Amino acid sequence: MKKILYILIVIVAFNWGCNDDDFLDREPTNILLDEQVWNDEALILSVVSDLYFRIPEYQSVNGWWNYADFDEAFGSNFGDYWRHKNNDWAYGKWSLWNYDYIREINLFIQKAQSDLTKDLAPEVKARFIAEGRFLRANAYFELVKRMGGVPLVLEPLEYDFSGDATFLQYPRAKESEVYDFILSELDAVIGDLPNDVNIKSRATKGLILAMKARVAIYAASIAKYGANTPEVSLSGGEVGISASLAESYYSKALTATEELISSETYSLYNKKEDLSENFASLFIDKGNNPEVIFVRDYVQSERFDGRSNTWTLVNQPWSGAEDLEGGRTNPSLNLVQSFEMLDNSFATFETNTTEGDYIYFDNPIDMFAGRDARLAGTVILPGSKFKGKDLDIWAGYLLADGSIITGDEFGQRKVLPGTETAVQVVGFDGPIDGREYSAQTGFYVRKFMDTATGSGQRGLKSDRWWVRYRLSEVYLVAAEAAFELGNADKAAGYMNMVRRRAGFTTDLTATDVTFDRIVHERKVELAFEGHQLWDLKRWRLAHIVWNGEKVDLTDKPWKADEVSTRVFGLWPYKYYEPGSPNDGKWIFRQVLPAQVTGADRFRLGNYYSFINDEIRNNNPQIVKNPNQ
Amino acid sequence: MKKFKTILVLIVVTTVFTSCEWDNYEKPESFLKGNIVYNGEPINVSYNDVKFELWEPGWQLSYPIDVVIDQDGSYSALLFNGSYKLVFPEAQGPFRTLGSDTLDVTLNGNKSMDIEVEPYYMIRNAQISANGNNITANFKADKIITDADARDIERINLYVNKSQFVDFRTNIANAEMGGGDIADINSINLSVSVPDMSPGQNYVYARIGLKVVGREDMIFSAVQRIDL
Repeated sequence: MKKILYILIVIVAFNWGCNDDDFLDREPTNILLDEQVWNDEALILSVVSDLYFRIPEYQSVNGWWNYADFDEAFGSNFGDYWRHKNNDWAYGKWSLWNYDYIREINLFIQKAQSDLTKDLAPEVKARFIAEGRFLRANAYFELVKRMGGVPLVLEPLEYDFSGDATFLQYPRAKESEVYDFILSELDAVIGDLPNDVNIKSRATKGLILAMKARVAIYAASIAKYGANTPEVSLSGGEVGISASLAESYYSKALTATEELISSETYSLYNKKEDLSENFASLFIDKGNNPEVIFVRDYVQSERFDGRSNTWTLVNQPWSGAEDLEGGRTNPSLNLVQSFEMLDNSFATFETNTTEGDYIYFDNPIDMFAGRDARLAGTVILPGSKFKGKDLDIWAGYLLADGSIITGDEFGQRKVLPGTETAVQVVGFDGPIDGREYSAQTGFYVRKFMDTATGSGQRGLKSDRWWVRYRLSEVYLVAAEAAFELGNADKAAGYMNMVRRRAGFTTDLTATDVTFDRIVHERKVELAFEGHQLWDLKRWRLAHIVWNGEKVDLTDKPWKADEVSTRVFGLWPYKYYEPGSPNDGKWIFRQVLPAQVTGADRFRLGNYYSFINDEIRNNNPQIVKNPNQ
Repeated sequence: MKKFKTILVLIVVTTVFTSCEWDNYEKPESFLKGNIVYNGEPINVSYNDVKFELWEPGWQLSYPIDVVIDQDGSYSALLFNGSYKLVFPEAQGPFRTLGSDTLDVTLNGNKSMDIEVEPYYMIRNAQISANGNNITANFKADKIITDADARDIERINLYVNKSQFVDFRTNIANAEMGGGDIADINSINLSVSVPDMSPGQNYVYARIGLKVVGREDMIFSAVQRIDL
């Protein structure tokens, strides 16, 4: 009987207790609702920050290994030697199909435009919408660079669970349509964005103009130089742009650059007297930097989740490393020899006299004297300093009989012939063939390297930014567009702006400006800024420069279409011959690092990346890219 | 307790040994082999470059099986029995396909099948010989496609290598002649001197390659062993 009573009490308690609906209706504590987010400027900013954060990158400061894919650098890391042993790139390389990201941007734009944001100030609301549309345009730019024309999805798509998803299948747009879409979006949003040189990691008027210039010059050169590779096109226009459109794209590029340049919002970075130092600090100076337009910013952090910049940690010279790693990106001799002499002439590095004897230098840095100031700003050369410490890059002793004494450990000591005590026979930075973190080409990278103490520690890393757009590139786009439109005089003027900052005192004249010159100037000014692949693709030079043949290092570094399939190095040695006037002097030898066994081959099917079978199964309207 | 343990072990062991029968799928057992030929003559290409696709219709999602053609124009694929559609992707190989671009292949046991295609050029009467360290080649470039699709020669090469893989990627010596420099396509001469090899060997492999304008893949003569 008592049992039944208890049961009854429990039943009654439950029934009454649940009578109150509000009791169950709780505000979630772990997520924010649309109404909460879209009323608050700070919260919307964190939504848009996430979208900025997810901009796809290929080569960047947190992806050093991608620089070792081509001929710019050697990857001095055990797990990356394969990059120099392979021949082909898979057709799927550089493939991107991030419609999840685009959907989120579309949702962002939809919500920012909706009534949810009616309480925001109109200019704040307009700025957020403009940023969303910029991000979407940028996402499509990343796609069109890699894949050619892609489906233009401008609304967040919803499936209606009807069992038939064909209404969600969009065909690929023409390549030119995607470029036109990007350009028109940029035109549409420019008025709603601030014009402020100190805003670096959000969209500004300056960024929109710089991006317009880059987008238009890509489209223009695909239209013009695509004529050289008629095989790289699809009959539906998904790949390939008609040559007749080249001129209008070039003039769009020129107009955008001139608008940005004449606005004088930005100016070239010129804060330091030493031009190489100046060039290097352009990339790491975060205080009132007048040149940088758009960046991906970082903070110092002990985590490895992408919020801090690992470039300095993974690339610091071994001799002065603040942690147990470094030295990974080794700029190639191919790149280093491309830097001109200061009298506007080109010269390869002569290691031997015409009689075959070595050329002796008092200091290793003398080998690189009289060159473009950007060289020492981009590359850490033997005989120079980093973070105030002398570099120790030398491969060993060369004896009078031509034999070499060297070691296979950093700074190893051995006894030289005729002496009794062991001395150091190889530098603490290498080069040691096959020893990771040593300068296996004889060089370390300088660009983007943070000079702050602690930036090379795993527990801190660097808070310097990754520069995506800067004024110098805008000048070079202006020069290229002006040149292609037949105005070589103007082109020379823009190129000289960039070149004077690099220490050139003799200006280029209109007759000096050629296509080769423009290609070359971008190569040296923008090295390690992630332009190389896209540039060679749009000029349709990639299959010529990386043709898979094992050729020697070119002696014509000024030529745009010179084959360069393998990375070479230049190693300094100390000369040992007691009693000789040359004893203790430096000689150089050109080397091919032993890990470089393959030769890069860019096939025609690499121009536009493979759209995988799964995507094409899901949407049969997607056509395949050519030559795959 | 001990008995129980033994029984447990026995059960596990028998399960492991018998269950293998169930989760093993049948493996593909039928070979499809053959050559890419023109009038019965194999077409030599560079390795890993020319491929065709086999599609098996009837599945919900379709993924092609890529079959790569070897240097000497031969191919082989180990497949399940079934009917396949054989397709050359566009712009593959130094040839064009004949008639329809899709070939139906029904496989029931091993099958040998030559695929007829029409190359832009054939290399005929390739004679490669050594004179000291000098390798000379004489051959005729036979223009096969002469209709609207006809293409000019971009360049011809004589490649020499230490191993049997001889093409533009793997060679130790290479002589090149641009298409415009050819005086008489019925008798083309190329010569190249063989550099010092280490370790030394007294023979090399050589073949002639021909590239037409606007096609990525080259056509070659058969690889020949040349004694020095």
